[in-house]
Amino acid sequence: MTLALKNVSLRVDGLMHIYDTSIELVPNGFNILLGTTLAGKTTLMRLMAGLVVPTHGEVWFNGVDVTGVAVQKRNVSMVYQQFINYPNMSVFDNIASPLRLARYNKDEIKQRVSEVARLLRLDPFLKRKPSELSGGQQQRCAMARALVKDSDLVLLDEPLANLDYKLREELREELPRLFATRERTVVYATTEPSEALLLGGYTAAMDEGRITQFGPTGEIYRRPADRVTASVFSDPPINTVAVRKHGARFTVIGSDAGWRVCDAFTRVADGEYEFAVRPHHVRPANGVADGAIVEGKVLVAEISGSESTVHFDMHGQSWVSLTHGIHCFNVGQTARFLIDIDHSMLFSMAGELVAAQGG
Amino acid sequence: MMASRHGTGFKWIVPFLYIVFLMLPIYWLLNMSFKTTNEILGTFSLFPQEFTLDNYKAIFTDPTWYNGYINSLIYVCVNTLISVTVALPAAYAFSRYRFLGDKHLFFWLLTNRMAPAAVFALPFFQLYSALNLFDTHIAVALAHCLFNIPLAVWILEGFMSGVPKELDETAYIDGYPFWKFFLKIFLPTIAAGIGVAAFFCFMFSWVELLLAKTLTSVDAKPIAAVMTRTASSSGYELGLLAAAGTLTMIPGAIVIFFVRNYIAKGFALGRV
Repeated sequence: MTLALKNVSLRVDGLMHIYDTSIELVPNGFNILLGTTLAGKTTLMRLMAGLVVPTHGEVWFNGVDVTGVAVQKRNVSMVYQQFINYPNMSVFDNIASPLRLARYNKDEIKQRVSEVARLLRLDPFLKRKPSELSGGQQQRCAMARALVKDSDLVLLDEPLANLDYKLREELREELPRLFATRERTVVYATTEPSEALLLGGYTAAMDEGRITQFGPTGEIYRRPADRVTASVFSDPPINTVAVRKHGARFTVIGSDAGWRVCDAFTRVADGEYEFAVRPHHVRPANGVADGAIVEGKVLVAEISGSESTVHFDMHGQSWVSLTHGIHCFNVGQTARFLIDIDHSMLFSMAGELVAAQGG
Repeated sequence: MMASRHGTGFKWIVPFLYIVFLMLPIYWLLNMSFKTTNEILGTFSLFPQEFTLDNYKAIFTDPTWYNGYINSLIYVCVNTLISVTVALPAAYAFSRYRFLGDKHLFFWLLTNRMAPAAVFALPFFQLYSALNLFDTHIAVALAHCLFNIPLAVWILEGFMSGVPKELDETAYIDGYPFWKFFLKIFLPTIAAGIGVAAFFCFMFSWVELLLAKTLTSVDAKPIAAVMTRTASSSGYELGLLAAAGTLTMIPGAIVIFFVRNYIAKGFALGRV
């Protein structure tokens, strides 16, 4: 099954929700939409499902233009962030409802529902009403309804966002296995870069109603096409600072701080760039004498279990250092941090990727 | 510990007094309905001295009396049915779609309730007479729609807006056509709201006197109009009147029983 959006845009009440977007989903693959809230992930999904008709552009489904076709006539299923089930029906009837509408016979409905229910470990609850289930079970019920019919396209809109941490971990591991039972194209929206990396597949990074990049998840993580994609794919946000390359040395513009240019960047022409490094590649420089060491005033210091998060002032930019282990800092003190220059990126001042090393 | 034990001794007093004051008129009505008119006028007694069921017997045997109840029940039920049926699609439109002037129209609906019904008595009388609908149940039922439909729309809109629109979308994605979704999933989901809306329509139609009286003469005369009759011919028949009043409260009590758990939400017009 293939789904392609061709120059699709959506305007609601004069406001652009989706800017001119073209994307061809990877058939029978796991396609991830990654972006912050309000980036347009849900809207794009609603366009794919056919719940909204685009202002301009076309939606092609299996080689057919389905732009104006009603959602009932498309073979899709969708799971929302909120737990959406039919409250007046039992879990069995909830899961069976798409099959009943498609006029399957009774025995087949029974067999299919129990199969899916077993897969999602819902079989003890088939007679209950959705309101009598826990949050995780309610969401599993919604997923069962999406799985039971042989839809070509499954849209999952942050399905794990409203679950507690443990359940989320558990379901996240199950997800790829669940949807691998049959050839279907899955679209999965999430705000968390770590979730995208865990699920693998292909990722479309989204920002303010635009897809900034689409490709294999690992590839996008290692080599984001531009600064916006890099910041979408980094949590906490990626650290950047304007630098001047002069031979084998970077100098922070407006200061005399600087560090050695790593091997991958040596062939880059001299000039002004945006240097970027992920928070977990900036660590406190305890007792380290040489390397790319910068100094900054500590703005915020948090210790959460085994990780330390330190926000510090990097020549006017707020940087974050995220490291394992416990590092204590006092707010206001000046501290030294070591940048792992072998895991950094270089963007042009316009935001295009120039070079990347590590990931 | 001491303080709370001390406190419990008198905590019951305020609610007790409140309930006593609340129930007193109702009790007195009930008390009167079992007395003879002479006793009511003659002595002051907490209990009927000569307990009698004659008042009730009179109502249930005299057609002009019990027909009053039947007439009232007919137009109230017809009105409730019309109001809720018409309000359901309207409320759905207000809760799910945006259209030109929707907010103004929605507010205007509520202001309809603020106009006293008396204002409309004369035009309605003229209109229904011209259409030969005078003194029919449907005339009163339609007239009461004037204030009951806006009310039902408001209540139902509140309940409907509490249902996420993702439920609608999920149903469409599953393949439900609109009407099938509306009848099989959406209506059961807001069943409590429909109950509350029906209750309010029932009550307001049941207690409305002026329009009902103006638009009827004999065939569709409501019970409230029949009750005014006792004040004329053979002096005051207070016992009979009290029995009629007691019976008037019963339908409301029955309806309220079914929606008792949702009534507070209904008073907030579904917005909680």
